[in-house]
Amino acid sequence: MEAFTTHTGRAVPLRRSNVDTDQIIPAHWLKKVTRDGFEDGLFEAWRKDPEFVLNQEAHKGATVLVAGPDFGTGSSREHAVWALQNYGFKAVISSRFADIFRGNSLKNGLLTVVLPQETVDRLQKLVESDPTAEVTVDLVAREVRAEGVTAGFELDENARWRLLEGLDDISLTLREESAIAAYEANRPSFKPRTIEV
Amino acid sequence: MGRTLAEKVWDDHVVRRAEGEPDLLFIDLHLLHEVTSPQAFDGLRKAGRGVRRTDLTIATEDHNTPTLDIDKPIADPVSRTQLETLRKNCAEFGVRLHPLGDVEQGVVHVVGPQLGLTQPGTTVVCGDSHTSTHGAFGALAFGIGTSQVEHVLATQTLPMAPFKTMAITVEGELPEGVTAKDLILAIIAKIGTGGGQGYVIEYRGSAIEKLSMEARMTICNMSIEAGARAGMIAPDRTTFDYLQGRDHAPRDGDWDAAVAYWQTLRTDDDAVFDAEVVIDAATLSPFVTWGTNPGQGAPLSANVPDPASYEDPSERFAAEKALEYMGLTAGQPLREISVDTVFVGSCTNGRIEDLRSAAAILEGRSVAEGVRMLIVPGSVRVSLEAVAEGLDKVFTAAGAEWRHAGCSMCLGMNPDQLAPGERSASTSNRNFEGRQGKGGRTHLVSPQVAAATAVLGHLASPADLSDVDVATPAGV
Repeated sequence: MEAFTTHTGRAVPLRRSNVDTDQIIPAHWLKKVTRDGFEDGLFEAWRKDPEFVLNQEAHKGATVLVAGPDFGTGSSREHAVWALQNYGFKAVISSRFADIFRGNSLKNGLLTVVLPQETVDRLQKLVESDPTAEVTVDLVAREVRAEGVTAGFELDENARWRLLEGLDDISLTLREESAIAAYEANRPSFKPRTIEV
Repeated sequence: MGRTLAEKVWDDHVVRRAEGEPDLLFIDLHLLHEVTSPQAFDGLRKAGRGVRRTDLTIATEDHNTPTLDIDKPIADPVSRTQLETLRKNCAEFGVRLHPLGDVEQGVVHVVGPQLGLTQPGTTVVCGDSHTSTHGAFGALAFGIGTSQVEHVLATQTLPMAPFKTMAITVEGELPEGVTAKDLILAIIAKIGTGGGQGYVIEYRGSAIEKLSMEARMTICNMSIEAGARAGMIAPDRTTFDYLQGRDHAPRDGDWDAAVAYWQTLRTDDDAVFDAEVVIDAATLSPFVTWGTNPGQGAPLSANVPDPASYEDPSERFAAEKALEYMGLTAGQPLREISVDTVFVGSCTNGRIEDLRSAAAILEGRSVAEGVRMLIVPGSVRVSLEAVAEGLDKVFTAAGAEWRHAGCSMCLGMNPDQLAPGERSASTSNRNFEGRQGKGGRTHLVSPQVAAATAVLGHLASPADLSDVDVATPAGV
């Protein structure tokens, strides 16, 4: 995973609540067996509308998505995170994310930042009135900065450390081999098995 | 202080606990399907890793599989590649697979329980949000992303952030004609699609205790639609009776030891939930969705709501958008909404009891002209059971299509899709824009409402059928 420390870029306001993962990446895209090539599927249905915010010239090349509440609800598809990243997004800001989506994003180095709705509103207004306005998402200082906005955000220390260092979860867990083996040795015999080994 | 059911199961799976770090949990059962696993196997291959516990892992094919002509090559080359990739990966890594055509194939969340693999007090994961289904057995069951699928394959563990606990207590009797599906749709409408966020929900109370295992699975299945991490129901005699004798249920001395353990899996009297919701079962009635998220629902007897009635601007805007997408007008009675498609199936309502209840309504009746009704059993086993009971004949005699098992029109990854503008009454779990096909419009309903709707051609409950059909056989 690529490390995330701080990122500054232009932002896109997405004024919709409950943006589900079927909107972020429709199911027919999930037939791919790779982690890349999902950029054209991102918000596919909405992008057919020339007025959709991602289609507006002023927002081309933006790297921060400022979304409405309950972003990423629905399916567990990690493809939603890959689609956002493949398109070029580095961070998503919302007042509330669905749990699985948030977990997936942090495992891929897409920073999901939770801010109060009123701060999200201010950021959306700012980038609507001035699409060239830059937004900084600073994981080191745990702060979002833009013109007239400085807002701290919470992220648990362990998740933050993994992101800052770009650490691979699996290799960290494999360091716990002896604890896993000890647990396995004590599992009751009535626990189900799918095959005899 | 006492512990809740969820806390007990969690505590029994902690491999390692350290200050400031997420607990590392052992995973008892890992279910795989073709959509969310290819990139995980690819990751293992690149890192030179294997599957740590093939004996705790099982795969099936469900999302992409066709429900017609299953003996012919799959027409869509991309779907075919994804299924072939799963077969290749399972062979290479030694994972048990039930492919299309196998007698144990079916929707992953139907297959696990019917094999007896889903057991009380286990941790169950799958790269699919509806893994919450397995919580009906008192298992702690989470949907996970592909990175986590790879993590479990490699280590049989997952680092998991702590959760909060919510009790949803449903007391009393569900009125006649009101099902588990109506109850969970009403719960989601009450607490909202974000209401369960960060929580593991425990469903409890006398109305829950009276439910069958299959009905309990319907409830836990849609916990994710309320935003919850998982849903659970304490195991009891109903659970044990369902499990006993199944292929992978414990036997002999192991059975007794297992039941002794399972009986400890109840929330202690002095345990405290972080949040509590109480629902009176007697107040419920058949419930349907009118909008584009599962929280936008109302009793079938109600009208399409007026977006102006919402105080919260973001909810108002969401309702406006939903009515526009759904082609509905505020104030329109829900019962007057005509549909052209009815889908009975999915991990929510594709089990034998669901098919029986739909068949009981269709027996001696016909699907309305211009309405297409698809019956898709949740698994091959469910299909065989239905055929043995003659349900397939009831469906086809009524004019419905009897299909092969799979996810089918729940998400339209296979050819079973709505055309733009088509409207369905669907027993599945999501009414998102385009979920069942680009431009398709979905109303989530129970199997009973689905069957009555198919007969009348508009959203309806079985009670609406009494005065329109003289051919009703006794007992329906």
